[in-house]
Amino acid sequence: MGTITIDGRKVEFTDEKNVLSIIRKAGIDIPTLCYHSELSTFGACRLCTVEDDRGRTFASCSEEPRDGMVIYTNTGKLKKYRKLIIELLLAAHCRDCTTCVKSGNCNLQTLAHRFGVTNVRFENYKERRPLDESSPSIVRDPNKCILCGNCVRVCEELQGVGVLGFAERGSDAMVMTAFDRQIATTDCVNCGQCRVFCPTGAISIKSDKDAVWDALADPDTRVVAQIAPAVRVAVGDAFGLPKGKSVMGKIVNVLHRMGFDEVYDTTFSADLTIMEESAEFLDRVKSGGKLPLLTSCCPAWVKFVDDQFPEYRENVSTCRSPQGMMSAVVKEYFRDPEHAAGKKTVMVSIMPCTAKKMEANRPNSYTKGEKDTDYVITTTELIEMIRTTGIYFADLEPESSDIPFGFGSGGGVIFGVTGGVTEAVIRRLAPNHTKATMEEIAECGVRKDGFIREFSIPYEGMEIKICVASGLANARKVMEQVKNKEKEYHLIEIMACRRGCIMGGGQPRLAGERTKAARTEGIYKADNVSVVKKCDENPMVLSLYEGFLKGKEHELLHNHEFCGK
Amino acid sequence: MIENREDLIKSQEAATREFSSYDCRILVCSGTGCIATGSQKIYDEFLKIVKDTPGIRLDFAPHDEATHMGVKKTGCQGVCELGPLVRVQKGDKTVQYTKVKVSDCKEIFERSVLGDDVVESLLYTQKGVKYKSPEEIPFIAKQTRIVLENCGKYDAESFDEYLASGGFSAFRKALFEMTPAEVVDEVDKSGLRGRGGGGFPAGRKWKQVARQPEKERYVVCNGDEGDPGAFMDGSVMEGDPYKLIEGMMIAGYAVGSQNGYIYVRAEYPMSVARLRHAIAELEKRHMLGDNILGTDFSFHMHINRGAGAFVCGEGSALTASIEGNRGMPRVKPPRTVEKGLWAKPTVLNNVETYANVPKIILKGSDWYRTIGTEGTPGTKTFSLTGSIQNTGLIEVPMGTTLREIIFDIGGGMKDDGVFKAVQIGGPSGGCLTEQHLDVPLDFESIKKFGAIIGSGGLVVMDSHTCMVEVARFFMSFTQRESCGKCVPCREGTKRMLEILEKIVAGKGELSDLDKLEELAEMVKSMALCGLGKSAPLPVLSTLKLFRDEYEEHITEKKCKAKVCTAMRRFIINPEYCKGCGKCAKNCPVGAITGVRKECYHIDPEICIKCEACKDNCAFDAIYIEA
Amino acid sequence: MLDQSYYDKADEIIAFYGKKQASLIPIMQDIQGVYRYLPGELLTYVAEQIGITEAKAYSVATFYENFSFEAKGKYIIKVCDGTACHVRKSTPILEAFQKELGLSAKKHTTDDMMFTVETVSCLGACGLAPTVMVNEEVHPRMTPEKVLELIHELRGDSDD
Repeated sequence: MGTITIDGRKVEFTDEKNVLSIIRKAGIDIPTLCYHSELSTFGACRLCTVEDDRGRTFASCSEEPRDGMVIYTNTGKLKKYRKLIIELLLAAHCRDCTTCVKSGNCNLQTLAHRFGVTNVRFENYKERRPLDESSPSIVRDPNKCILCGNCVRVCEELQGVGVLGFAERGSDAMVMTAFDRQIATTDCVNCGQCRVFCPTGAISIKSDKDAVWDALADPDTRVVAQIAPAVRVAVGDAFGLPKGKSVMGKIVNVLHRMGFDEVYDTTFSADLTIMEESAEFLDRVKSGGKLPLLTSCCPAWVKFVDDQFPEYRENVSTCRSPQGMMSAVVKEYFRDPEHAAGKKTVMVSIMPCTAKKMEANRPNSYTKGEKDTDYVITTTELIEMIRTTGIYFADLEPESSDIPFGFGSGGGVIFGVTGGVTEAVIRRLAPNHTKATMEEIAECGVRKDGFIREFSIPYEGMEIKICVASGLANARKVMEQVKNKEKEYHLIEIMACRRGCIMGGGQPRLAGERTKAARTEGIYKADNVSVVKKCDENPMVLSLYEGFLKGKEHELLHNHEFCGK
Repeated sequence: MIENREDLIKSQEAATREFSSYDCRILVCSGTGCIATGSQKIYDEFLKIVKDTPGIRLDFAPHDEATHMGVKKTGCQGVCELGPLVRVQKGDKTVQYTKVKVSDCKEIFERSVLGDDVVESLLYTQKGVKYKSPEEIPFIAKQTRIVLENCGKYDAESFDEYLASGGFSAFRKALFEMTPAEVVDEVDKSGLRGRGGGGFPAGRKWKQVARQPEKERYVVCNGDEGDPGAFMDGSVMEGDPYKLIEGMMIAGYAVGSQNGYIYVRAEYPMSVARLRHAIAELEKRHMLGDNILGTDFSFHMHINRGAGAFVCGEGSALTASIEGNRGMPRVKPPRTVEKGLWAKPTVLNNVETYANVPKIILKGSDWYRTIGTEGTPGTKTFSLTGSIQNTGLIEVPMGTTLREIIFDIGGGMKDDGVFKAVQIGGPSGGCLTEQHLDVPLDFESIKKFGAIIGSGGLVVMDSHTCMVEVARFFMSFTQRESCGKCVPCREGTKRMLEILEKIVAGKGELSDLDKLEELAEMVKSMALCGLGKSAPLPVLSTLKLFRDEYEEHITEKKCKAKVCTAMRRFIINPEYCKGCGKCAKNCPVGAITGVRKECYHIDPEICIKCEACKDNCAFDAIYIEA
Repeated sequence: MLDQSYYDKADEIIAFYGKKQASLIPIMQDIQGVYRYLPGELLTYVAEQIGITEAKAYSVATFYENFSFEAKGKYIIKVCDGTACHVRKSTPILEAFQKELGLSAKKHTTDDMMFTVETVSCLGACGLAPTVMVNEEVHPRMTPEKVLELIHELRGDSDD
């Protein structure tokens, strides 16, 4: 508590942990490249340095606020030094900005503009290093790395995976995997969080856009899209619409305009997932099967179990993920010559997630020897594709997605946030869908604050113990406790990315606190307005089970063997 | 086993008795320098001679009438350049011998040990005067030795000899006659300031640690003396290891710590060996471990070897390294006193600081304050090197002037050179010149002139030193040793080095000086850690004092010290050249042409300045023109 | 694949220091002490044993100058380039070693695995500059001529 004077104006502070937060609160966008509120303070870029009334300089990210402090954020000296720091970074950086995938979305580029760095006076003598394109999800370009360490810290601190580290030191320092091995051969779970936190083009999404454009251009191909729940709340703000607002209808419209033949909604297959997973769960509970049941929707988490907790492989639900179920069902549907109408079907999955690209390539993502999902494009790629078309996205009329797989319940929509899968399971187990019941479920603990949520629900006289966690570092904590028998659960839902898929590794970058909150809100709003709340009340789902899915549930909706990668 | 206060007193008395029963002690210097010049062989030889001489015993036997003699390996005796060094000590008389060869041992033994004569030819000589006792040698006589007091005087490995010299009296006093708070107070009152560079008051640091709510605390000693050209701490660790440990034990008692860590530089294997030996000796006697001397005080000592990273001399990098991490400095707060090693309250001081502590406790803060200056009491060790008569390890009261150090202790310039500057504080320091010779040295006084005391490297430079090249040398060091974490240091020092390399290569432009200054100011203000912030100081200091030299390199492509290779011109003096043609044959690039028996000529365009011609000219006919 | 004996040795060293992150550097130092380099496979093994990620172990190992993933020569020659040695011309000493042994700034170890030549920032024997350290022994007042003598001596040394 207290007051500090920033550039001559008094600013109150309460519990801000550093001076930087107060400066930002005061309406000054003090530059940083390595600071992130969710990561440990690294203090490497030095751009947030401020000057006090005695001419002393210090980095505001690592300074505790003291009552009565007097600081200046924009003295002549600081402006000059910041500009020089940016110039030095650019001097050691691959400067192919015009062709860089991050161009226009790069923090370094933005700062270079802000500080008017129009001339770089130093040569880049760095040896050009090869790109690591081994991963299906991300591409690492070490030539664009500025050593801010965000990826290293996010991988270790938030994800508990730690496959990236600094190697060497001084001007030879580089970020790399152990022994500079290809990222695909490591324990990388493909979550893409490193790419979200990377301020430059050093880590980017492995793009599948071109393949999708080619398919769309082929008249003999039926191109089918499925849109994941979290995508709809992360596209609008790129086109000037309010943050977090669901723009599902506009996305369907734009995809039709792009030439997609069918546009389906992954909330539909999320409903299928709940049907299957609830049944599997009850079966395990009742027949003494392996517990806790671990959710299987998140491929990064499944790979994490495979690499880090192999003894729990059998605890992972055999259900395919919503992406997997949708693709398998759609492909099967169009295997019927009547539906196929002589066209080849290409399945394009639009996901908030980079790990889904890996999941689509997993050996168990094939049915009848055919790949279920042909291409996965992330929200970020979708936005880029929309930009390519030049369509005024914001002005589009909403369209509804196509039948028979275009409709999901509210329970399917909330898959986009942490706790959503579990909430949908609880809804499925609930006897009715009254407003009161829905509210009661929302209050049972599944929507609590925090990245690890523990609670229990009564079911048929039993107490079902549940843990919901997001962020793999938190998942590790939960699993260690389970492993050490400190904790016991019936069901554990894990989403690799903190807050769930709305903050997935394929979502647009630079989401601040407001964006994060708005995306969560957007998902719950979409649920609120949905007519059907539970999967077992989705008429399309019910008719599918009675229709062509009959007898094929196991083949199309389940993994026949565990497969993490 | 020494289990209580009485045991310790008895051991001290016994050790003193043994010590005073020596009729003669032969002290062979076993510092890194003398070992390198072969002192081990000298030691072996003396031991053999003594053993082969009847009527002499080496062991202590109180009632034996035979002559009691000791052959001991001591810590650094100070004038490394003249090693191997040997002292012959009889009662309070000591004779210092220099440059002793194995073949000299017999003569020393016969004349100086058995007889009361001296071997004149091996005495220390300065300006024609021969000095017998080490205390008379001006180099040593003008010093005030607290930290280095015992170095060279006794067997650095022997616990008993340390006891006999008064060792562990301070610890005994602290443990039995003072409360921890009183110890902290005494150190605080003494005004002892950290000798590692920053000069932060040690007492204040200890107080801050002592008042932390967390009870698990650490005492850490920074022995990562990385400053190239400084070896004071290494000399203490290898020459008086017990004193350092005693100082740390007192600190441990004062701040309520149970564990002490010494982080020793990788390049000091002997320090590691001596400290390990000392710790083992103390553990064996239960002077380290649980419930020391029967009290509640428990203290364990650990040694960590550095692995080759200068930046680990920075506090938070050092603790990170002990924890098994990359030695990268972290942002502060939290400070080390609150969250240091393993995020526990930590006292972190360097070797010299701890080595001051036993004397302060024993003789009191009032005594300590009589030495040195008001703001910085006590002494400071320096390693004196460069173009000076006497190089070596020195210790002087704070406030001593450079003039006294260079001309009295150091014996003035080597080869009658002209004093140009002294570089102080190594890669984090700056230069002082003629105008600063009478400034009393302490932490504050020289900061004003852009230099720091730092860890205490003093490199004296004469007119043969090129200041641009000196700046380049230090910059290449800091650049190589940058941890690479923060942008200013990682990228800034690299670019500064590039510019300096360009200038010494004769390719500099005047605008480079502006760029250099701009970078230096930025790094100084913006770098993350103290080492980064001070990395530009050698450049800023030389730019300020010797800007003309920089400009000369750039505009006239001239290095008047004749150091910068690219600017040297090799010329054949027609007066001396006999026209033998040897130089033309030796020239690897065919730059020399001429006709036999006539003066040859070097084509400066082809010449690569390798010096092959000059080195091999039998007539000294080739000279370098700046 | 490394011989099993390497892993046995590593186990012994790990047991001595204990399975914790703080043991990483001493363990690596001891392994390097035994094999004169740090076999990459052992680094991976140590990381797994003491419970840290391989990337972390690798990042620590590459930070410190003393660790080398490449085998070093029997004699590790460190030419001091501290201030005092530099002023007293340590560069020609380094060049003499490199020339005589056919090494360079990039190639540090001779093909016969006899010599590794490196520089070091200070050996702490400034009074005897320029100095050179061979394994743990310091050689004072070096000259390019003495370099040749030293190499001959070491070569002869290894014949017995």
